[in-house]
Amino acid sequence: MKRRSLRWLLPVAALPVLALLAYGFRVNHRDIPSPLVGRPATAFTLTSYAGEPMSLEAHRGRVVVVNFWASWCIPACYEEAPVLERNWRAYRDRGVMVLGVDIQDKPDAGRKFIEQFSLTFPNALDPTGKVSIDYGVYGVPETFFIDARGRIRAKHVGAVTDAVFQREVDRLLAEAK
Amino acid sequence: MTRLAFLLTVLLAATPALAQPPATNVEDPRLYEVASQLRCVVCQNLSVADSPSEMAQQMRAMVRERLRAGDSSEQVLQFFVDKYGEWILLSPRKQGFNWLVWGAPLIAVALGLVIFAIVVRRWTARRRERVAAAATRPAIDPAMRERIRKELELEGER
Repeated sequence: MKRRSLRWLLPVAALPVLALLAYGFRVNHRDIPSPLVGRPATAFTLTSYAGEPMSLEAHRGRVVVVNFWASWCIPACYEEAPVLERNWRAYRDRGVMVLGVDIQDKPDAGRKFIEQFSLTFPNALDPTGKVSIDYGVYGVPETFFIDARGRIRAKHVGAVTDAVFQREVDRLLAEAK
Repeated sequence: MTRLAFLLTVLLAATPALAQPPATNVEDPRLYEVASQLRCVVCQNLSVADSPSEMAQQMRAMVRERLRAGDSSEQVLQFFVDKYGEWILLSPRKQGFNWLVWGAPLIAVALGLVIFAIVVRRWTARRRERVAAAATRPAIDPAMRERIRKELELEGER
């Protein structure tokens, strides 16, 4: 008699586990919120592939798009390179800067990538990985949208599309006015 | 109950508490202590201490640099948490909601032991009942025993 009365316990005990599983499957495990959004962007100075200093500080007052990429990042970095170049050309005269940071890469391979897509915005190798760690980068490509006051306002994981670039940059440009 | 105690002893003795840490490419024990608590961001469930990836190498270099500059282990971990969030720590910190992660397995084991004890007691009780019932059963009478013996003999001759 007592045993029968406890039978309902088993399925009931499984309920919280099932609820947790259901929640876990709905969440994108790659979508890890960055604690950096809303905080000031860490300053950095690297030497660009063109041999010039490439620093974030030099562009204070402009909306800066910092893109982390690598030549071995196939296909996402190859998909977004033309998008970045196209939008950089479209926005460069409106107070927007695009900076590319090549991480965990060989200089020759990085240079070849830049030539392949005829990138005209500054790109630099991050030889020690310091910049990528400062930006909490865990994979490529990742793109940070920094407002005119130097705050990280958005982080995009994966290839940047025209829609993403324009939405984020337009928002920050509108604020700066 | 003594059997239960014995089982518990065996289970506890089998815990890997005395297992050696795996050999690594990190020579400095303090560097290992910090790096082994950090998640290698490009790996699946590997620590920065254990991963041979370039990203992990760069993160180890950063840990080394910070320790040399005089940071405590906790400060170095906090530096990475500030950049990556708590996700970078392989073990969640023992605070707030995280206690669920630490407590749930212990609660589950405790519950399991209780259920195990109840089931074992029920089984032994049932067996005791059966033995007791067998003891009170009337003995087979001699005439029947003789008949069984004869029939078995006949079976054997065939």
